Amino acid sequence: MSIIVSAIGQGLTWGIVGIGLFLTFRILDFPDMTVEGTFPMGAAACVAAIYSGASPLVATLIAFIAGMLAGLVTGLLYTKVKIPVLLAGILVMTAAYSVNLRIMGRANLSLFGKPTMLRNHFLESLPPYFDSVVLGIVVVAIVTALIIYFLQTNLGQAFIATGDNPTMARSLGISTDAMQIMGLGVSNGLIGLGGALVAQNNGFADVNMGIGVIVVALASIIIGEVVFGDLTMNQRLIAVTIGSILYRFVILLVLKLGFNANDLNLISAIVLAIFMMLPVLENRFRIRHTLAKGMTKHD
Amino acid sequence: MTEPIFELNDIVVTVNHGTPEQINIMDHINLSIYPGDFITILGSNGAGKSTLFNVIGGNIPITTGQILLHGKDITNMSVERRTRFLSRVFQDPKMGTAPRMTVAENLLLSEKRGQYRGFGSRHLKAHMAKFKDITSVMNNGLEDRLNTATGKLSGGQRQALSFLMATIKRPEILLLDEHTAALDPQTSQELMQATNDQITRNHLTCLMITHHLDDALKYGNRLVVLDHGKITYDIAGDEKDNLTKEELLSFFNDLDD
Repeated sequence: MSIIVSAIGQGLTWGIVGIGLFLTFRILDFPDMTVEGTFPMGAAACVAAIYSGASPLVATLIAFIAGMLAGLVTGLLYTKVKIPVLLAGILVMTAAYSVNLRIMGRANLSLFGKPTMLRNHFLESLPPYFDSVVLGIVVVAIVTALIIYFLQTNLGQAFIATGDNPTMARSLGISTDAMQIMGLGVSNGLIGLGGALVAQNNGFADVNMGIGVIVVALASIIIGEVVFGDLTMNQRLIAVTIGSILYRFVILLVLKLGFNANDLNLISAIVLAIFMMLPVLENRFRIRHTLAKGMTKHD
Repeated sequence: MTEPIFELNDIVVTVNHGTPEQINIMDHINLSIYPGDFITILGSNGAGKSTLFNVIGGNIPITTGQILLHGKDITNMSVERRTRFLSRVFQDPKMGTAPRMTVAENLLLSEKRGQYRGFGSRHLKAHMAKFKDITSVMNNGLEDRLNTATGKLSGGQRQALSFLMATIKRPEILLLDEHTAALDPQTSQELMQATNDQITRNHLTCLMITHHLDDALKYGNRLVVLDHGKITYDIAGDEKDNLTKEELLSFFNDLDD
């Protein structure tokens, strides 16, 4: 039981990372690799801030800002210097590794004995692992509500239009550069925030914790889409978090089958690949289905 | 004589600077656009029709020359700023609309063309009745598909929507870049007719690129012919009304010689 609760808690926390990636990957249609650097950057900034005496809440907000700044750099490299977005992201991701080491002063930093957002009277009075579930629900709800509100504003619509048809957006006076920089900034801010929460959940920040983050976040988005199919924009945002929880269940199942935790990144990649294959397989299946139906009718 | 809205003074656009392929794709163009002008623009491929629109829209920088709006120099104004007075319909139906957004969402976006877009709610529902009225004038069923993603519309409906989006907030200058060329003859004629109705009724100032000599003669009060980056022919009023297709054709044949 507790293992399932723990998986839900992790799914919710990682849901924020999925929502962050959704903004660039699905709305702006960008493959943004910066996330592999901003996730540990959020974790590092948060832990370092807690070490220097900041309250966990302030430290978590600092993580958001740190991630956002890295995203802004990617955005500026892409829009102003015209470096392809994939490469711009890889540059910032690589640079972030060194920056993260600087922030922490070493490769990993434990939060043992330090205050975190999970260490308060209310959360500690809950049964084991329910603390991260409650915290996850609160943060995911706030983030999702803010993004849904934002997307319904005039600015949010301009943001969606930029991803949908940049030529048209420019012809309507929308500054697509500003929208893309903003999108990369907010997206990476959220991913930094996710990194901070994961670090507090796990009790440490590690400079290597960013490896594979993009696959996990993509899996949340794609699993949500495959499971729920055609949805409105707002429903899709919520589906990301549900997808993230389902992904945790799948991983749990695979580990129960006897796979080693060292194989986790391999398993993540395979899970994502399988979910990306499903729509194709289903299409084929349907085509065969209709063909078979057509044959019998004529008989 | 009224003052021109928009003036191009001695515009030159040179490409491939400093190479053997150096060429002026705009070669000392002078064009004054007056309020209410409906100018049809003819020219063979590579004559500089699209370049002319890109110069007006600010999409390509000019090498020398001056661009004036109401007598004020706007030569270096950005593309985004120019959308405050300018709107454009592209030839490709895919260019003018956001495919994953609905018809109503697209119209709402275009209603704020060139304006500040902030954190205020978009109030989509409050606009629906107005959008139904606006779309019903096109007579192609668009008014019943306000909540459909534009990617699911036919090419004709998408171009009609693009045209509405360009005119929903009155532009001082409307650029139509062969906006009916990608459609079948029937739909093309219907959209051209609707376009002309709207332009005449609302006294819009418009430049329209076309490949159809008939359309160029039938519509508008002024006709401009471009060739090798130069304006070779610019007639208006009665002179244009009396122009025949044969005269225009012979004129084109002269160009080839």
